[in-house]
Amino acid sequence: MQSFDLGKEGLRALNSSLHALKGQTNMTAWEVINPKGAHAIAAGVDAPVDITVRGSTGYYCAGMNKQATIRIKGSAGPGVAENMMSGTVVIDGNASQYAGATGRGGLLVVKGNASSRCGVSMKGIDIVVHGNIGHMSAFMAQSGNLVVLGDAGDALGDSLYEARLFVRGSVKSLGADCIEKEMRPEHIAILQDLLKRGEADGKAKPEEFKRYGSARKLYNFNIDNASAY
Amino acid sequence: MCGIVGLFLKDPKLEPHLGAMLTDMLITMTDRGPDSAGIAIYSGAKDGLGKLTIQSANPTKDFKNLDGDLHDAIGQPVAMLVKSTHAVIEVPLAQIDAARSALSHLRPDVKVMSAGDSIEIFKEVGLPKDVASRFEVAKMHGTHGIGHTRMATESAVTTMGAHPFSTGSDQCLVHNGSLSNHNGVRRELRRLGMTFETENDTEVGAAFISHKLQTGETLGNALEATLTDLDGFFTFVVGTKNGFGVVRDPIACKPAVMAETDQYVAFGSEYRALVNLPGIEDARVWEPEPATVYFWER
Repeated sequence: MQSFDLGKEGLRALNSSLHALKGQTNMTAWEVINPKGAHAIAAGVDAPVDITVRGSTGYYCAGMNKQATIRIKGSAGPGVAENMMSGTVVIDGNASQYAGATGRGGLLVVKGNASSRCGVSMKGIDIVVHGNIGHMSAFMAQSGNLVVLGDAGDALGDSLYEARLFVRGSVKSLGADCIEKEMRPEHIAILQDLLKRGEADGKAKPEEFKRYGSARKLYNFNIDNASAY
Repeated sequence: MCGIVGLFLKDPKLEPHLGAMLTDMLITMTDRGPDSAGIAIYSGAKDGLGKLTIQSANPTKDFKNLDGDLHDAIGQPVAMLVKSTHAVIEVPLAQIDAARSALSHLRPDVKVMSAGDSIEIFKEVGLPKDVASRFEVAKMHGTHGIGHTRMATESAVTTMGAHPFSTGSDQCLVHNGSLSNHNGVRRELRRLGMTFETENDTEVGAAFISHKLQTGETLGNALEATLTDLDGFFTFVVGTKNGFGVVRDPIACKPAVMAETDQYVAFGSEYRALVNLPGIEDARVWEPEPATVYFWER
């Protein structure tokens, strides 16, 4: 176990040590103590290592993550796991705005609530939120899955492309072109797998969720709307 | 960007440390706005006394014998404590308007930062650490206070463009964001008798709330009204003589974190600002909801 005191050694030293790990490494377990809300903790890691951050983090923790499993034993500030490519990020507490934004792959798990714009413009990432999500979540989401065990705020999935949104609780309002869709067996299977990997399989059953997706009416220009431009 | 910090103490044992706690929080937020910094401290009312915090670009000249001159003008005892470019003037509460009016004749270049019986505001261009040490904020005691570090967008980097803005007795406001309808709202408020020192958008937000309070609205209702009448991005933190309030616009893209324990309610633009507060590990920490008013009063 590599233990790193962020208060003493500083962010630059941490991230350069993590960036130096390429491919297979023997230093697979890392612990970061005294994060104290610092920005960009463990951003840009590209190695199959386990990193545990003992405390709450600031902006962009685990941003651009590839391969690594990063656990935050606290809450995360704005933009956690932004543009994640692969790997897993698990937050024990809450996540601030735009968690998992633009993520292209991997799994983001928020055990508390996620705030506004969760999964905005997601492009393949899977996000499992055990609590609620805030307004404008999954705005322009392109692909991947967003699973919410609690409620969703206003304008869920506005201008959505092909991401799948699964919400167990209430949805305050749906955004433009986002509609409820039928749950088919393949969706139950996707949810079953995501709930398990998202450490939520004891908390909810796939059948309790509703699925939301794109009505695909914004994909092409509609001549009837010409006067609006 | 801009950084905001705020602290409302519930435990009187912390009151001697308010200035030090706020200073530490504000310095942590330096990289959110290095242009200018300011702090409002509510240090508690002294029986029958009112306070004016004033500022001068030329303090040696303007503050020389100002207490004597004011005493001659209003015929009442005047105490003055000079701190760098600012001075706190104490007069009997009933004479505070008379003192303010006399001041505008005696020293026309002096600006009034705040007036009331508890509030003191210190603000200048520069880094939070320099502004705080210039005014010895860390030594100040009080019941609640608000700090701001500015990255200017809507108006020039000047002392008067720094936050907090005070537009009513014992009231102040700091802002992260930018208002887009401030010119229209300013015109309307001018028509209703409010006065403005700057072209700054935040001053309009402050005056909007002060005007509501003047017409008898509660702090809660005044904050609620910002959601319908002000357009733009805002996280506001406001102080009144007895209270402390927070409101964010419905889009809520300007960050905000709050923490509450039995000893205090704290606000920070980021969690980083809160990490050195006592008992933060066990505090209830949350992000204030969009378009939702929070306030605490004693």
